[in-house]
Amino acid sequence: MIRTEEIYKSYRMGATKVKVLEGVNLTVEKGEFVAIIGASGSGKSTLLHILGALDRPDKGVVKFEGRDLNSFSAGELNRFRNKMVGFVFQFYHLLDELSVLENVYLPTMASKSVAGWLACRKQAKERAKELLAQLGLDERADHKPYQLSGGERQRVAVGRALMNEPELLLADEPTGNLDSVTGNGILDVLEKLNKAGQTIIMVTHNEGIAKRAGRIIKLIDGKICRT
Amino acid sequence: MYKILIATRYLIRRHITYFAVLAVALCAFIVLVVMTVLTGLVSDFKLKNHLFTGDCVVGTKTLVGFTYYEDLNRILEQADFIESASAVIQSYALVSPNWTEQGLGLEIMGIDPVRHSMATGFGETLYYHKNNVSEAFEPVFKPDLLGCVLGVEVGNRLGNSLAPQRDPRGGYFYNDRFDESSVSVSCVPLTARGAPAKADLGLINTLNFYYSDYSHSGLARVDGSLVYTPFDQAQWLCGMDGPLKRANAIHIKFKPDVNLQTGCKKVALLLEKFKQEKADEEQAYLLDTVTVQSWKEYRRAHIAAMEKEQTMMTVLFGLVGITTVFIILVVFYMIISHKSKDIGILKSIGVSNADIITLFLGFASSVGLIGAAIGAFGGWLFLRKINQIEQWLFEHFGFQLWDRTIYAIGDIPNQVRFTVLAVIILSAIVACLAGAFIPSRQAARLNPVETLQVSQL
Repeated sequence: MIRTEEIYKSYRMGATKVKVLEGVNLTVEKGEFVAIIGASGSGKSTLLHILGALDRPDKGVVKFEGRDLNSFSAGELNRFRNKMVGFVFQFYHLLDELSVLENVYLPTMASKSVAGWLACRKQAKERAKELLAQLGLDERADHKPYQLSGGERQRVAVGRALMNEPELLLADEPTGNLDSVTGNGILDVLEKLNKAGQTIIMVTHNEGIAKRAGRIIKLIDGKICRT
Repeated sequence: MYKILIATRYLIRRHITYFAVLAVALCAFIVLVVMTVLTGLVSDFKLKNHLFTGDCVVGTKTLVGFTYYEDLNRILEQADFIESASAVIQSYALVSPNWTEQGLGLEIMGIDPVRHSMATGFGETLYYHKNNVSEAFEPVFKPDLLGCVLGVEVGNRLGNSLAPQRDPRGGYFYNDRFDESSVSVSCVPLTARGAPAKADLGLINTLNFYYSDYSHSGLARVDGSLVYTPFDQAQWLCGMDGPLKRANAIHIKFKPDVNLQTGCKKVALLLEKFKQEKADEEQAYLLDTVTVQSWKEYRRAHIAAMEKEQTMMTVLFGLVGITTVFIILVVFYMIISHKSKDIGILKSIGVSNADIITLFLGFASSVGLIGAAIGAFGGWLFLRKINQIEQWLFEHFGFQLWDRTIYAIGDIPNQVRFTVLAVIILSAIVACLAGAFIPSRQAARLNPVETLQVSQL
């Protein structure tokens, strides 16, 4: 489904150039649940951002279903982020001004014009409610994010990521901000989704959490050491 | 649709937005009130000048006047685009009340009251003869006496205790007892060449007039320095009643559907033709100085000062608008700096840079629209009550926006014009868009990876 070939990425910090990724080759097949582990600063989040087209590599190719992401126009990249991938972040990253339900259907709303949204809003709201029900949040639809616990917020973030039925779910330390019980609940959700056919790439620094995935990739100093 | 949803939520939930709305509302309020009052004053002043002058004036600036005015008046009255024309004598005179030797140098205007009322708003300015203008020069207490109409402030200047008194609200109290005193009006008669006609005799022409009425045109200079007399008497006083009679000007009123510029051009053509026809006649050279002016040109010196003040105020309020732009810019910088995480989230779900800019510009235009609407509504309410508020302030604190004993202003103009309102609302929206544009563009350029980093939270 997604493949990287010789990915390089570096950042400039003042006068110093920090090499983050140094020739990463990675292939993830459809339906896989892959965990990328590594110490802080090993480049795992950067790799995830590049896979989700939130960032571009300095060198190398990312191919999604055979198409090179480097050849995508800005509009195509936006559509790719909207339709093909769903992000789950460590700090949930929900919009505080919107309700839980609105946060979940936001990706669908963002992909439509006013007329398009008015035509499909019923179905979109139904789908968002279904997702919230699956995630055990149907009673929380009208709440604001600040009224929810950390685990509930992360489940809302999962719901938002799944709203447009993306091919690929990218999770960046999804349990990093949660206690172990709540974190396990989120991992249960991801496992369940994977069993239903969802491709997932998850970044974590915790080997115990990584073991819940089908495959573990270890990143050390910007290079894949073990897969 | 999400842009409307998010912009609306930002508007409601972000309290700092209220300051931006308040700033816009205050600016809109101030601009609406000041522009309405100022525009009203200028319009009112122009209207009064228009009524005083008529639509167009054919005349000369010399005190000598011009000949054949009767023929010209006839031609003008026969023209299909002219409703009426009124020949006038204009000069300066020494006006002395009968109880004192001291006189005042004033302007006199000799008119036929009926004709002049048809060409200008003269009849409407009278107090006693508003409904019978033909008797304007007949004193009420004894109609067979020779009467004159004084500018409403002239009586006070002459020291007449029975003259109308200006009240603190700008109106006039007319005394129940009619003033039966008289004034002598003395002029230096001039020959057609401009020399004093009786220089060798050392004489001036003098006539005695009784007060027949007062004219309140609302123009301070006119009301304080003009004395209207019957046309024939003024002509005699100025020495213009020789075998070839002279007048100084003809005031014209066009028919209602005639455009001012078009009408003036047609009058100019008629005048040129008239000058050619009279070229070989005696004293035809006096027609050389005769010109055609619209009322705006004729009263330019007076109107221009007022218009200049209006322009200056518009420029000043342009600066207020620029200040609003900066307030909005600062507020939006603050909002966007607090919302960088949201921008990262939106980009992660595929929202484009252009859509981020549109979202914040939509937010800004909402701030502009709501602020302007609140300010305009507040301004409209304030203007509706402005005269009552001023009255209350005057009664309790003695405060007046304009001292009515000095300025020829009655009520404060408070008619809100749709165009002024539309311009203010549009300007407020444009100012908000201008203020929000740079922060919005910077927001769109934010790197989502950086804004979503844990270290940025």
